[in-house]
Amino acid sequence: MIKRIAQTAGFAGLAGALFLTLLQSFWVAPLILKGETFESAEPATEHVVAEHSHAAGAPAHEHEHSSEAWSPEDGWQRVLSTTGGNLVVAVGFALMLAGLYTLRAPGRTRDGLFWGLAGFATFCLAPSLGLPPELPGTAAADLQLRQYWWIGTATGTAVGLALMVFAHHWAVKIVGAVLLVIPHVIGAPQPEVHSSLAPEALEHQFIWASLITNALFWSALGLLSAWLYRRFAGSNAV
Amino acid sequence: MSSSTLTHSAEASASLSQRLVLAIGAGLLGALLVYFAGFSHIEAVHNAAHDTRHSAAFPCH
Repeated sequence: MIKRIAQTAGFAGLAGALFLTLLQSFWVAPLILKGETFESAEPATEHVVAEHSHAAGAPAHEHEHSSEAWSPEDGWQRVLSTTGGNLVVAVGFALMLAGLYTLRAPGRTRDGLFWGLAGFATFCLAPSLGLPPELPGTAAADLQLRQYWWIGTATGTAVGLALMVFAHHWAVKIVGAVLLVIPHVIGAPQPEVHSSLAPEALEHQFIWASLITNALFWSALGLLSAWLYRRFAGSNAV
Repeated sequence: MSSSTLTHSAEASASLSQRLVLAIGAGLLGALLVYFAGFSHIEAVHNAAHDTRHSAAFPCH
């Protein structure tokens, strides 16, 4: 069983990460680079400085290329390290899916699509409602607070969706629906002044690029993991 | 034997509590990986996974 989870997560994560990297290179990555040109053109903008003073003792903003921490060079180094980041994240997500499959095995490969879309809703769509995907150089509230809200929202959405789909009693389903809504009633931490270095049109394009890329990635990860999990069915002494 | 029968016999071989432990373990390990690449404050990790974070709509800066 452990071997089955590891195989499913490993292969689905690897393929999903490569697919994600490919998708990113078409739309998301060029937009990030474009966003950074505005950032480097205007490095001393007040809100950037203000925001980064929150990072307790952290040396400086990454784009100022402080000499203290390693940072990939633009070009193959950057693509490679992004692929690495994608791989770690994709294997992580695939492990969660494979873990859930041990409780509720997908009866058909296409059941994986629903698991994938649930993952998209949990880890991308719901947090994006409060904290939309951002280009570098967008004003935002304290990083720690946003991370707490993000994690809380993802947890609430995951539990809420599970209750709504799998619970039998209507009252429990309602609890699930409430859990879905609570993070958005509380509201995401917002910056005091909304501002962005990149033009608004570029920001909007980035939001769509990110959401569509993530939706495709999650659909692929769900389908792949369900297919692999079913394929590895024979090979699993616990 | 159809693959769904295989799935069922495989599941029967592990008890519910075993499967729960596995599911929770896999979920925690997965969350740890996502946290490491997507949320950790280590400067070098942030820089390496920078584009991953922006693309995935994780809070980054």
